[in-house]
Amino acid sequence: MRARLQAVLATTALVLAGSALAQDSTMDEIAKYREMLADGNPAELFELKGEALWKKARGPKNASLEQCDMGLGPGKLDGAYAQLPRYFPDTRKVMDVESRLVHCMVSLQGFKEEDVTRQWFSRPGKESDIEALVTYIGAKSNGMKIDVPARHPEEARMAKVGEYIFYRRSGPQDFSCSICHGQNDKRIRLQDLGNLTTQAGAGVAMSTWPSYRVSQGAVWTMQRRLIDCMRQARWPEPKYLSDSVIALQVYLQKTASGTVMQTPGIKR
Amino acid sequence: MNYRLIALALITFAPFPSLAQSKPAGDIAAQAEQIFRSSFREDNPSYWMKRLDQDDTMRLCSQYKDNPPPRIRQKIEKAEMASVRYPVDGKLIGDWKEGEKLAAVGTGGHIGFIQPDPPGRVRGGNCYACHQLAKKEVAYGTIGPSLQHFGKLRGNSEQIIKYTYDKIYNSNAFTACTNMPRFGLHNWLTPEQITHIVAFLVDPESPVNKD
Repeated sequence: MRARLQAVLATTALVLAGSALAQDSTMDEIAKYREMLADGNPAELFELKGEALWKKARGPKNASLEQCDMGLGPGKLDGAYAQLPRYFPDTRKVMDVESRLVHCMVSLQGFKEEDVTRQWFSRPGKESDIEALVTYIGAKSNGMKIDVPARHPEEARMAKVGEYIFYRRSGPQDFSCSICHGQNDKRIRLQDLGNLTTQAGAGVAMSTWPSYRVSQGAVWTMQRRLIDCMRQARWPEPKYLSDSVIALQVYLQKTASGTVMQTPGIKR
Repeated sequence: MNYRLIALALITFAPFPSLAQSKPAGDIAAQAEQIFRSSFREDNPSYWMKRLDQDDTMRLCSQYKDNPPPRIRQKIEKAEMASVRYPVDGKLIGDWKEGEKLAAVGTGGHIGFIQPDPPGRVRGGNCYACHQLAKKEVAYGTIGPSLQHFGKLRGNSEQIIKYTYDKIYNSNAFTACTNMPRFGLHNWLTPEQITHIVAFLVDPESPVNKD
């Protein structure tokens, strides 16, 4: 593990030094760097931690999450992530993996929502149970096809809302999601950008989260990913689990449907 | 179910069928706007929330997914052109070395509770995020066209200098709903900073043209 980390760091230095090299060889180095990262993914540690958290009796009700219904029935996790977000009759809401998980932690385990969401993402030295649990739930859909047809009227409505937000321009830079993610084969600096309006582009993006981010030393969930996009757009951050973030996921998952999940992913 | 009933009622009773048909689309936009707006913390400072307000151009570009019909396009470009303001001394070309620095700076303007920029963080044009410029910088983006040899290809006539200034100040004056921000309109860059970027683009001594 340590040797691998050192190799990663060395490669990072190489990539940074790459600005002295010609364009093509810089891109080659980045490809090699990604390949090396894929060799061993630290997210697997989060997956194991998530599994333990899922099965352990916790909270005021001293219950595990094993009866949590992520959409396919209580405790049925295989393929559940790939079919989220979806409409849940019991809450009468379209929920993504994170809002549903928090719902289960509140209803089954008796936690207070504000307590379980306080650490919804990790900071250095402060791990996040939600990140670990989402990594575990996500991995249970590895190899399965994303399948969010959004047929239920509420799901269809949320897909439309997500599409509206995707093209909504505002802020001191006139940004929308579409500015960076509405065309094929574009880069910001050296970072490739997916065209999230196509199945191929949305597929690459949606099939590889949750993902371990080497630059952050943490697993990022889709909520974290999208909320950070909005920060980069120079907007205020939407609230964790808010409907606009869920709506964007419905729109993107619907567009990505048919793509095989490869999760947990690993990114720069 | 309720929506379906309402829609049915509209179709049955609306005097103009076309009006009833246009209803659902408008409905979604209003709902989406409401959902979007209510997704933010109540304790956000109001000057943060102002960043979500849309002017006419933003609203029209969103509505047409950045591809407005010609009539709307012309309307936007005319209105945006009228917004351009110039430096007090009237000089539109500054120092290319300052412009080179601004072109590389991508920080500034991030708000929020998770990872905001520290107060006073320098704000740049971040031109390299989207454009190729000087040959020596290989870490350039491709969202916008390459601007390498910008001045070498176009010269540095008064007309070209004014066009370059205007384009950076308000990109939508030339191409409605372009991906490029309106740097001057939003006061993201000052008129003086814009003249430095103009110089970086057109000055024959700038690495954009020399190398």
